Amino acid sequence: MSPAEIRQVIIDILAKIAPDEDLSNLDDEKPFREQMELDSMDFLDIVMELRKLYRIQIPEEDYHNLVTMDSTVTYLTPRLKDA
Amino acid sequence: MADGNSYTERIVITGVGLTSPNGNSLSEFRQNLLSGKSGVVPYQTRYMGDVLAGVCNFDTLKYQKRKDLRRGTRVGSVSVYCANEAIIDAGLDWPNVEKDRVGVYLGITEHGNVETENEVYEISQFDYDTSVWTHHHNPRTVANNAAGEVTINLGITGPHLTIGAACAAGNAGFIQAAQMLRLREVDIAIAGGVSESIHTFGIFASFQSQGALARHEDPTKASRPFDKDRNGIVVAEGGGICTVERLDDALARGAKIYGEIIGYAMNSDAKDFVLPDSNRQEQCIRLALKRAGVTPDDIDIVSSHATATEQGDIEESRALRNVFGDCENVAINNTKSFIGHAMGAAGALELLGNIPSFEDNTVHATINLDNIDPECALDQLVVNHPLKKPNIQYILNNSFGMLGINSVVIVKKYTE
Repeated sequence: MSPAEIRQVIIDILAKIAPDEDLSNLDDEKPFREQMELDSMDFLDIVMELRKLYRIQIPEEDYHNLVTMDSTVTYLTPRLKDA
Repeated sequence: MADGNSYTERIVITGVGLTSPNGNSLSEFRQNLLSGKSGVVPYQTRYMGDVLAGVCNFDTLKYQKRKDLRRGTRVGSVSVYCANEAIIDAGLDWPNVEKDRVGVYLGITEHGNVETENEVYEISQFDYDTSVWTHHHNPRTVANNAAGEVTINLGITGPHLTIGAACAAGNAGFIQAAQMLRLREVDIAIAGGVSESIHTFGIFASFQSQGALARHEDPTKASRPFDKDRNGIVVAEGGGICTVERLDDALARGAKIYGEIIGYAMNSDAKDFVLPDSNRQEQCIRLALKRAGVTPDDIDIVSSHATATEQGDIEESRALRNVFGDCENVAINNTKSFIGHAMGAAGALELLGNIPSFEDNTVHATINLDNIDPECALDQLVVNHPLKKPNIQYILNNSFGMLGINSVVIVKKYTE
């Protein structure tokens, strides 16, 4: 997948786990949690959805890479290049 | 009357919130009970396909966001809806209520099956890889989930309990409320019973294996308590929740009073996992009457528990015949004939649907009673059409459940 496709995957996951949020103005450089109501359980939902969709296992020590959209896409790009 | 109520402090119902398969408010529910409108519909359940069920259609987004619904459970959603409706109906100045003096006591038949079944199905799609088992499973399946979701939604910081009491649970919620109010553990109780049972295939499959799942070509005629042609239970979901207060507090704030909880009892058969026992049911009824300080002759309406299983209906009929056999005053009805068996919500909905009788002096009927089982013959049954009855003062509500749990609540029209 391309970075743009990965970004859309993340947007789709966010839309599912935070259905009341308006994601149209999401700032890719800002932490997700500063822009929407996301708690630790929601964050785990992102990890879980990626696991279900692409069988990708994200270790806990890598969670810090999923703070912003930009960092998430950067982290996932090499891991989903063949997806 | 017998020799007076045995309680020192009077407990009253001051607000009602409910969702049933045939109504999402007390007025709508009552209207449909009087007009004979069933809430049983065709329903699809996992693995089994077509079954019948009592399905609620309340507005889930009235008091919760979509994210709340996703995070929580169906029974949490039912509970939050009913609790909010009850608080509004009670006219409480909610922002200024001391939230640590509010308790939530919700009866429930079973909990956790829905989420567990969903997750087992989900991991089956991933070759049973448990790493995709949701982290939401534990908070959704803890036994206090329903009441806990109410506290989170309403900012209630007092105690909360979900009371597991099989199908006696609705009454058990009211009883717990009365006890906690009398102990002054709380000043306001949010109490009743709730059910999400139609969302687990297991309850349908288990009743079917037991030979106790109702089938009928016309869903509205499937739930047939006391009828010779009955063939089992229609599973339903729903919730009935009240605000319950001490009378003095209710009067001090000028609250509307729906009725006074004047007596109750719970006991156990200590006998069988599923089969009921009329002897213990009779004891439970008589104990509630004694505590209420009334006699069988005083009771105007008996809201029966009968579920349309052969043995269950016969046993309750025997108990009612023993207690009320020669009472001409009493009228006996049954709400499950309209909505099916709402499990943990059943006792609450069945009581609440009768409460308006204090105002309209009408007893709603037992519908689908076309060919009464001789073993269930009770002269006082209100058959298929409502009964006008002057000066209704006392309602006795039966709720019984598996493992031999019996509960009875008696509510009186409020008088000074």
